[in-house]
Amino acid sequence: MSAPAVRFDHATLAYGGREVWRDLSLTFEEGSFVAILGPNGSGKTSLLRVVLGLAGLRAGSVEVLGQAPRRGNPAIGYVPQAQALDRDLPLRGRDLVRLGLDGHRWGIGRPDRAVTRRVAEAIASVEAGAYADAPLGRLSGGEQQRLRIAQALVGDPQLLLCDEPLAHLDLRHQGEITELVGGWHRRTGRSVVFVTHDVNPVLALVDRVLFVVNGRWAAGTPDEVLTAERLTALYGSHVDVLRVHGRILVIGEAFGAGFEIEEPHHLPVVDHDGDVSGVAR
Amino acid sequence: MIAQLVHLLGYPFVQHAIEAGIVIAIVSGVVSRFVVARNMAFAVHALSELGFTGSAGAILLGVSPVLGLLSGTVITALFIGALGVRVRERDSVVGVVMAFGLGLGVFFLTLYSGFATQAFAILFGAITGVSSGDVVLLVAIGAVTLAALAVVYRPLMFATVDPEVAEARGVPVGLLAVVFLLIMAAAVAEAVQVVGVLLILTLLITPGATAERLTAAPGAATAISIGIALLSVLGGILLSLLTNVPVSVFVTSLSFACYLVGRFVVGPWLIGRQRALGDAMRIHSAATE
Repeated sequence: MSAPAVRFDHATLAYGGREVWRDLSLTFEEGSFVAILGPNGSGKTSLLRVVLGLAGLRAGSVEVLGQAPRRGNPAIGYVPQAQALDRDLPLRGRDLVRLGLDGHRWGIGRPDRAVTRRVAEAIASVEAGAYADAPLGRLSGGEQQRLRIAQALVGDPQLLLCDEPLAHLDLRHQGEITELVGGWHRRTGRSVVFVTHDVNPVLALVDRVLFVVNGRWAAGTPDEVLTAERLTALYGSHVDVLRVHGRILVIGEAFGAGFEIEEPHHLPVVDHDGDVSGVAR
Repeated sequence: MIAQLVHLLGYPFVQHAIEAGIVIAIVSGVVSRFVVARNMAFAVHALSELGFTGSAGAILLGVSPVLGLLSGTVITALFIGALGVRVRERDSVVGVVMAFGLGLGVFFLTLYSGFATQAFAILFGAITGVSSGDVVLLVAIGAVTLAALAVVYRPLMFATVDPEVAEARGVPVGLLAVVFLLIMAAAVAEAVQVVGVLLILTLLITPGATAERLTAAPGAATAISIGIALLSVLGGILLSLLTNVPVSVFVTSLSFACYLVGRFVVGPWLIGRQRALGDAMRIHSAATE
């Protein structure tokens, strides 16, 4: 059996003197789909940075694909937090995908038939061929995100890290991006770590959930972790977990005071058929 | 007029100016792409003005003004690199260093008796007046700069347009920022020879800014940027020879003309065509699905 995708052993991360999370001992099995949940500032992105080898631990250890983390590990594909690109950015989707393959190498980067073919395959696999040669900054958020997924997958990674890939996308595009990542996961049987503040779009795909709040954490299957008891213990204040139309809503009483569970877009919930179902606190 | 030009081209000082001009234009064309993409116009200006200080100091000491200029820009680049890591902080550090350094330059010049001519050459450029020793020096600096650019070009582009993923893929983003400052220092020292300290942006911003308007393909944009810089510098040198008006007047006019045509004529036409093509392909792929 091969090594787990990620294994934390009594890991503590500090950032600027503040402990982000402590004593994290957890294994993401090979081939698993893990969602990392939690409010803003709970260290979800920091966790990805540790796996990428860009941040070190204060205590404990971490292994990525059986080895110590290292910068630029080619076995990891990375989709960064979505952000608006400059409209005039002189870059096409095809260039973005190619940078994911060989952008880290020194030199000018001359035309290479094998590279061109792999880039074209990656673009085709996310069905972005129609706009891969248009200026990237002029594409819609969903189109840009498809090309981001192609960029992360072009190197044929063992482990895919996604940092809020659904942020700023409407429901339809959230579904499409989720399906792309889920399809790759099913086809290749490789591992996915998916940071998100809303578990619902990926609920059907997720094997395990890691919920991080104020330096504490809880992990397990979605059914184990996303319960009122576990989350109330985790937040240290009363939390309700509601299941409505197959969606999970996490609602805390501490809204606006001290900390906030990040659910403004859960209230009200817009269903796939467009109905607005207000959920009262 | 042609005969006059051919006659002038026979002079060694003209040939040297053209040789140096070609190297300087290529360096400027590539560097300006990154200056624009990384939003570093202000840093370029600071390097340039502190190059003036270095140059004035060198004149005072009786050493090569090109070397003085390069020392000024490199010291400034290292200073900015050491102090201004974050973007927001960078601009204030640049401003603080620039103001002091420029004052120092003025002081150096007042100590020197040939004040006016030298000051004019540094501030507005005088490529045809560069000594043959300095031409060799300029070509050498240009060659080293181009070699450095060739090595870092791809990761520097990655770090510029897509810093998060570049960092995750192991590109030394912070180190490249400092390396690029040093490349910029050399490029400024080169371009100042043609257009002078005050007009530096005409070679280190305009070509890259125009190229961005014409294509979204990074390689093509760099080629266009080099082309515009070459046209401006060589055209400027030749027109200056024919008219006795300073080179920088023509270089700034030519590069500005390129920008206007690119921005308002060719650019909109090309983008309209690209968009029409993109729409056609989207409709096609939607129809075949």
